[in-house]
Amino acid sequence: MKKIFGRPAGLTEILQRYCPGCGHGIVHRIIGELLVKLDIRERTIGIAPVGCSVFADEYFNCDMIQPPHGRGPAVATGLKRTRPECIVFSYQGDGDLAAMGTAEIIHAAARNENITVIFINNAIFGMTGGQMAPTTLPGMKSTTSVKGRDIRKQGYPIRVCEMLASLDGPYYLERCVVDTPKNVIRSEKALKTAFMNQIDNKGFSLVEILSTCPTGWGQTPIQAKKWLGEAMVQYYPLGVYRDRSKEEK
Amino acid sequence: MAEKKLMYGNHAIVEGVLAAGCRFFAGYPITPQNEIPELMSIRMNEIGGVFVQTGSEVAAINMLFGAAAAGKRAMTSSSSPGISLMQEGISYIAGADIPVLVVNVVRGGPGLGNIAPAQSDYYQATRGGGHGDYFTITLAPNSAQDLYEFPRLAFELAEKYRNPALILADGLLGQMMEPVELSDELVDPNSLAENEWALSGCKGRERRIVRSYDLRPGKLEEWNLRRIEKYEKIKKNEQRFEATDCDDADLVIVAYGTCSRVSDAAVKMARDKGFKVGLLRPITLWPFPWDVFADMSKRIENFLVVEMSCGQMIDDVKLATECRSKIHFHGRPGGGVPTPPEVYKEIEKVLGGAQ
Ligand SMILES: Cc1ncc(C[n+]2csc(CCOP(=O)(O)OP(=O)(O)O)c2C)c(N)n1
Ligand code: SF4
Ligand SMILES: [Mg+2]
Repeated sequence: MKKIFGRPAGLTEILQRYCPGCGHGIVHRIIGELLVKLDIRERTIGIAPVGCSVFADEYFNCDMIQPPHGRGPAVATGLKRTRPECIVFSYQGDGDLAAMGTAEIIHAAARNENITVIFINNAIFGMTGGQMAPTTLPGMKSTTSVKGRDIRKQGYPIRVCEMLASLDGPYYLERCVVDTPKNVIRSEKALKTAFMNQIDNKGFSLVEILSTCPTGWGQTPIQAKKWLGEAMVQYYPLGVYRDRSKEEK
Repeated sequence: MAEKKLMYGNHAIVEGVLAAGCRFFAGYPITPQNEIPELMSIRMNEIGGVFVQTGSEVAAINMLFGAAAAGKRAMTSSSSPGISLMQEGISYIAGADIPVLVVNVVRGGPGLGNIAPAQSDYYQATRGGGHGDYFTITLAPNSAQDLYEFPRLAFELAEKYRNPALILADGLLGQMMEPVELSDELVDPNSLAENEWALSGCKGRERRIVRSYDLRPGKLEEWNLRRIEKYEKIKKNEQRFEATDCDDADLVIVAYGTCSRVSDAAVKMARDKGFKVGLLRPITLWPFPWDVFADMSKRIENFLVVEMSCGQMIDDVKLATECRSKIHFHGRPGGGVPTPPEVYKEIEKVLGGAQ
């Protein structure tokens, strides 16, 4: 029998414990494939966040480190500066990157640190049971905004790509979504660029990926996919927010 | 012949760190240790090392986590408020069994406190400091020479036991100038052996994971118990102290860092007056030199603990002597520095008028 579909060598054989319909698995697969396609698996050091993807240290088939909540970009800096020959990526959720680690990501971007950041924006704290995230949409329900996020009391969401694009530092910023096969392929392209930029010593690349959390959103996987493509994409416009390679030409 | 140079304590730390083959520094300015990042930025640039001025001490300690997990000697320095911010990171680093060097040039606290020398971070340094069951190897220098030599010792101990190490100095040691004998034997960073746990890319070997968590039932308990075994080894092998004039003493002063220098002068005053007084200076604060106290407490009737705090090390002296001796205390918190006549007066109080 001919095998036509299997796990890329960039992922381990360990069973991933994500909920049905969770976006983390899709993005893991893209990264796992890229580690092989770009032939960087054996010189890559990955960083797993604190969040549902804390177990990414078991899922990616490369050297991995698991730092404190939000501090991935600082750890990445220490790794990359001492091992410039390695490819260093930091995988982070919205609580990790846009709440706890806001300072770390801003300063890594401002320094144009030569690292690759994958930012999974599912607008919720998945790991801790669906509390409000800095990216939770106005009016969106969570376990700490049960009647919907009240912008008068709980403020507005943070748009990370737009915020980082206000800095001169970052080399590449793009926002994608993983709701349809076409958009998954677009996400892969963005992530490939983000890794290639590091390989070519260009500097800081961040790809924000809008992603589902059916469990935290209280939706079925199908509903979640739909809501992702509509409500999330509407609030967080897709596109390239910075590409310095364009300026270089 | 080794070169002798007049140096600021803070500059001696920088040269000591570089002599130890460390080529990674990340830190955030804070008085009274600003001379460390300032000189480090120049020296790292000269010798091709890494200097990063970070957005916070939180970022600094996590950069160390990354650099050290990559198997490289890495250090940061700060003063009390900054060290408080680093506690989360130190806990993770200890939990991942990674060696790093942290220097605390202690100032008056709590809160923003002041920028005067203090020893009020003793509890934080010797009780782990952050969350969880862990300890950091803690060295207490009392001269510019120590500040030059201890970084190398700290790295060696940290690597031997895969544990973070701390140098607990104070603002006075950092700011004063003293002659330092520089070492002829500089550690070449390239000569340091690759660690079997370091992250470098998995080419030709199994992939490696550096982490501090284990959610499997019972596994974290096992891991902690293994770490306790390591701590027992450190306690057994690494207790360091300096004992002066203790053999015939009716009273032994216990003091580390700046207070040991002050107390040394007080001991001389007391001896001149005919008092039998000695000085016991802990060099490792963790592991505390418990054994020598256990031994001395069988003969020494009085210990006088002198600290620039409200009294923190005194707890360890009481524990180590198992309350067999009388423990007296003289402390100056909030940036106060005791003088030799002040300490001498305390000696007189305990031992009576002039002999
Ligand atoms: C210092 C600290 N505070 C809080 C937590 C608890 N905590 C764990 S994960 C998390 C939020 C995770 O949300 P996110 O980063 O969006 O990841 P997701 O699970 O949604 O992928 C929080 C608050 C922690 N581990 N450490
Ligand atoms: S809680 Fe949400 S983010 Fe976490 S695994 Fe489940 S679906 Fe994914
Ligand atoms: Mg999230």
